[in-house]
Amino acid sequence: MTRVRGFPLAVWEFVVGDDWRTAIGVALALALTALVAAAGVSAWWVMPLAVFALLALSLRRAMRGVSRRG
Amino acid sequence: MSGAEIGLALSVFLACTVEAVEALTIVLAVGTTRSWSSALSGVGAATLALAAIVAALGPALTSLPIDVLRVIVGGLLLIFGLQWLRKAILRAAGLKAKHDEQQIYEDEATAARAAGTKPSGFDGYAFTIAFKGVLLEGLEVAFIVLTFGANQHRVALAAAAAGFAVLVVVGAGVAARTPLAKVPENTMKFVVGVMLSSFGMFWGAEGAGASWPGGDAALLAIIPGVLIVAVAMARILTRTVHAAPLEQVPTTPADPAGQAPVSA
Repeated sequence: MTRVRGFPLAVWEFVVGDDWRTAIGVALALALTALVAAAGVSAWWVMPLAVFALLALSLRRAMRGVSRRG
Repeated sequence: MSGAEIGLALSVFLACTVEAVEALTIVLAVGTTRSWSSALSGVGAATLALAAIVAALGPALTSLPIDVLRVIVGGLLLIFGLQWLRKAILRAAGLKAKHDEQQIYEDEATAARAAGTKPSGFDGYAFTIAFKGVLLEGLEVAFIVLTFGANQHRVALAAAAAGFAVLVVVGAGVAARTPLAKVPENTMKFVVGVMLSSFGMFWGAEGAGASWPGGDAALLAIIPGVLIVAVAMARILTRTVHAAPLEQVPTTPADPAGQAPVSA
């Protein structure tokens, strides 16, 4: 039973890693791209903006972690 | 070979080289201190397991509709790529300890010596540590081979690039007989992070219904664009760290984001 519960957890940890907020952000950015594209508007710009913002936010969170420990 | 295929082969080769260097350190440590035959048996078993994963999941992925496949692959590559990139930027800024293969080798060797007396025949400790090391380091490469390969229907090319990287690293390891401490791992991880994020962004957006200006040629702008932004972020972070009051800068670089399940 523990193994049954452990497998999805291991998959989650392998795929999502240590920053679940970035993973959620990527999913939301893809959804927003699909919505904008479905509305008939050019949607290619959504992903670059989202990716750079997600990277910057992820680094900011990491910096805060260091400051707290320092 | 198209530009996208060259990008595929280069990304897989670099990712696999980095992971193979890390796996080699573990295998060298248990092989030297415990048993070469048991350690190599562990390597063989892990390699078979990885090949089985690629062989089983490859056809399943390639059978998905192209847009669904691109959204899934793009999303996963982005999640992985951003993790590689974030860690590489933190290492470049001195906020995360760089991989020290010599130190890791010595730690593994000490643990192997402390693990009790060596049996005369099969050594379960050496087998298990080598198996786990190769499987865990290889799992991420298998994932990259599958996603990149499936999306372009070139799983064989991706697998060949990974195999070539393993041959290069093993050849260098056999020649040096020591951990490959001089490989510029962080630079390679930085490049892999840029490639995974760029291709993830490109395919993810296409799968979601967006059209890139210039089609595939957009990658020629996306990859340098991601590289420039990532380098700029590393520089800003480095400057921020140097400008911070002394009490806020860690004296021992540590993993500020916690223990990562992936070894990027």
